[in-house]
Amino acid sequence: MKKLMLGNEAVARGLYEAGCSVVSSYPGTPSTEITEFSAKYDDIYCEWAPNEKVACEVAFGASLAGARSACCMKHVGLNVAADPLFTMSYTGVNGGLVIVVADDPSMHSSQNEQDSRHYAIASKIPMLEPSDSMEAKEFAKLAFELSEKFDTPVLLRMCTRIAHSQSAVEVSDRVECKKEYVKNPQKYIMAPANAIKRHPFVEERQKSIAEYADTASINSVFYSEDKSLGIVTSGTSYAYVKEVFGDSVSVLKLGMVNPLPDNLIKEFAEKVDRLVVVEELDPIIENHIKALGIKVEGKNLFSICGEFSQKIIADAFNMPYPEFAPALSDIPVRPPVMCAGCPHRSLFYILAKNKLTVLGDIGCYTLGSAAPLNAIDSVLCMGASVSGVHGFNKASGNENKTVCVIGDSTFMHSGMTGLANIAYNGTNSTVIIVDNSITGMTGHQQNPTTGYNIKGDPATKIDLEALCHALGINRVRVVDPYNLKETEAAVREEISVDEPSVIISRRPCALLKYVKAKPPVKIDTEKCKSCKACMKIGCPAISMKNNKAHIDNTLCVGCGVCTQLCAFNAIGGEE
Amino acid sequence: MKSLNIMIVGVGGQGSLLASKLLGKLLINEGYDVKVSEVHGMSQRGGSVVTYVKAGEKVYSPIIDKGEADFIVSFEKLEAARYASFLKKDGKIIVNSQQIDPMPVITGAAVYPEDALQKISDLGLCVDCIDALSLALEAGSSKAVNIALMGRLSTYLEISEDKWLSAIEESVNPKFVEMNKKAFMLGKN
Repeated sequence: MKKLMLGNEAVARGLYEAGCSVVSSYPGTPSTEITEFSAKYDDIYCEWAPNEKVACEVAFGASLAGARSACCMKHVGLNVAADPLFTMSYTGVNGGLVIVVADDPSMHSSQNEQDSRHYAIASKIPMLEPSDSMEAKEFAKLAFELSEKFDTPVLLRMCTRIAHSQSAVEVSDRVECKKEYVKNPQKYIMAPANAIKRHPFVEERQKSIAEYADTASINSVFYSEDKSLGIVTSGTSYAYVKEVFGDSVSVLKLGMVNPLPDNLIKEFAEKVDRLVVVEELDPIIENHIKALGIKVEGKNLFSICGEFSQKIIADAFNMPYPEFAPALSDIPVRPPVMCAGCPHRSLFYILAKNKLTVLGDIGCYTLGSAAPLNAIDSVLCMGASVSGVHGFNKASGNENKTVCVIGDSTFMHSGMTGLANIAYNGTNSTVIIVDNSITGMTGHQQNPTTGYNIKGDPATKIDLEALCHALGINRVRVVDPYNLKETEAAVREEISVDEPSVIISRRPCALLKYVKAKPPVKIDTEKCKSCKACMKIGCPAISMKNNKAHIDNTLCVGCGVCTQLCAFNAIGGEE
Repeated sequence: MKSLNIMIVGVGGQGSLLASKLLGKLLINEGYDVKVSEVHGMSQRGGSVVTYVKAGEKVYSPIIDKGEADFIVSFEKLEAARYASFLKKDGKIIVNSQQIDPMPVITGAAVYPEDALQKISDLGLCVDCIDALSLALEAGSSKAVNIALMGRLSTYLEISEDKWLSAIEESVNPKFVEMNKKAFMLGKN
């Protein structure tokens, strides 16, 4: 029976059916649900690792022991996991090993739109790319077969529109698959003497997989009667091409995007008059075909930036397109905002009020950069706030005017090492850990500081205060960000002391189920002087109606931060 | 088999994912090939969100582009105006009369266009506006706005009430099935 499945759910199903028994990942949109769905299968051991490098190495260890294993991450996560990735290409595998990486063209929820196919090429690891949920499941299974057949990790590339689209999937049963572990130092100890011998193996393997690619059924050719146009494409771009052209043009669909099938491409190119590559992001297939000496078009018709759509394809080929109404002007944008009751809001209000330079990080709290708070000066990548504030302070010497802000999960991911650097190399930096007791932006995943594992069962809870002390920081204090006075006093004191310090701003995410909302606050319109002090925190529940502050009762959770801001006692708190 | 393109638009957190899940179940039960494209991550935090539900003999692209939607179901007035150009010339926008100010309006940097729905009508597009929030509250919870709007959408589709109600049973938390069925019927009538 066919079932609608999210692309990510289908990958999880593929891992299950292939007999995968260990999955270790770090959450990241648009990859998170693969691991969440995998955790629903009792036959798969699943975990949230502190970061993608750890996850990838856990998967390596499981493969070494003989299990089929996987790790899943977003595109920028592969940067973190790149170190094990490149050398795992040399060691190869024992049990099959699949690394799922989800790209985010158009950056729906990312800081860049890098093309992870570059990693497949650079690390000499084969990469498969599905174009719908059914393929996502089947390609995940095939990836394990290829991994064991060619003795290599295999990359499975998803993108937002495949990962987060539901389409029909037919399921089958799980087949258990486990190998024995046999000690093999020449294969698994990548010291120079062994690695020198493994590199030629990798090059030979590349050739074997390229031969396989020429005949692989996931690289398929469709010839239409009219051969004036032939399109080479893959993944979601294939879906857009078929939507526009149906069966009216010839299409070479690549299910394997590294290595590319040279003979198949040459044969296809010979049979069509005009050859065009339709690929999102970088011109990787296009440049490969050009290097084969074949005339081909691609990025002369399409942008390198952003995701495609059927209209973009139709326009590029001057195809007729249905008429549509013009977009209305003067429609205000609706950017994402911190939720009503978000414990991050009041902290950023205080940082902005004190005119501090704030190095930010990756998470819900990146939204502290938005108006009206405008409280953040830079956001780069996971952990960069902690390392960055140290560099900023070394260069500027302005240690009592800067802080960095990082979440609990992001601190465990890669903030710890930056903190060790602050202690070791000595700046009086102030690090604020916004501890909302969950990994928020990706949709509430547990992490090493929450006390629970991926299944929601109790786990060792890492003590952030003790950890910061152990990393060499003497001054570590905890504040409740809902208490404006206490939090502001702590910030002012810590930025001015002559040693590094950590402030843990601790309050669980307002969306967590166990956090009970208080009754909405009430405005006394008689007392309200329309000063708009309460508007400065950018709470979506507060607006001005008839020139008086107004509370949206459907949004307000009674956090009481605005009550503390009102100098005229016009905002009533708890009854 | 006729193809059907439905866009669900609104503000992150309003329950558009559940509505799309319900529609997906309903349409695949009807024998269509179906694709549902969702939005996760950053924009779920109170941003503008859009979900595509596509059904037909064979659906390739997971997204709906300008001029392609048979229906736009909007959970909020401004969002209806934002996506109006995605409607087919003879399509229909079903819109909840609720107004939710985006942050630039709250801070005074922008003005909420009071005549948003009139602007859509002026483009020659068909607008059907209902007070889904009141209907949802009548059914028992403001969270049922999504299902009340599905009730309204059902009046335009040739799919029997029984099938809608069983798709609701399959899609929502058992605790809230009765409340959602009530919201559906209120939206429908």
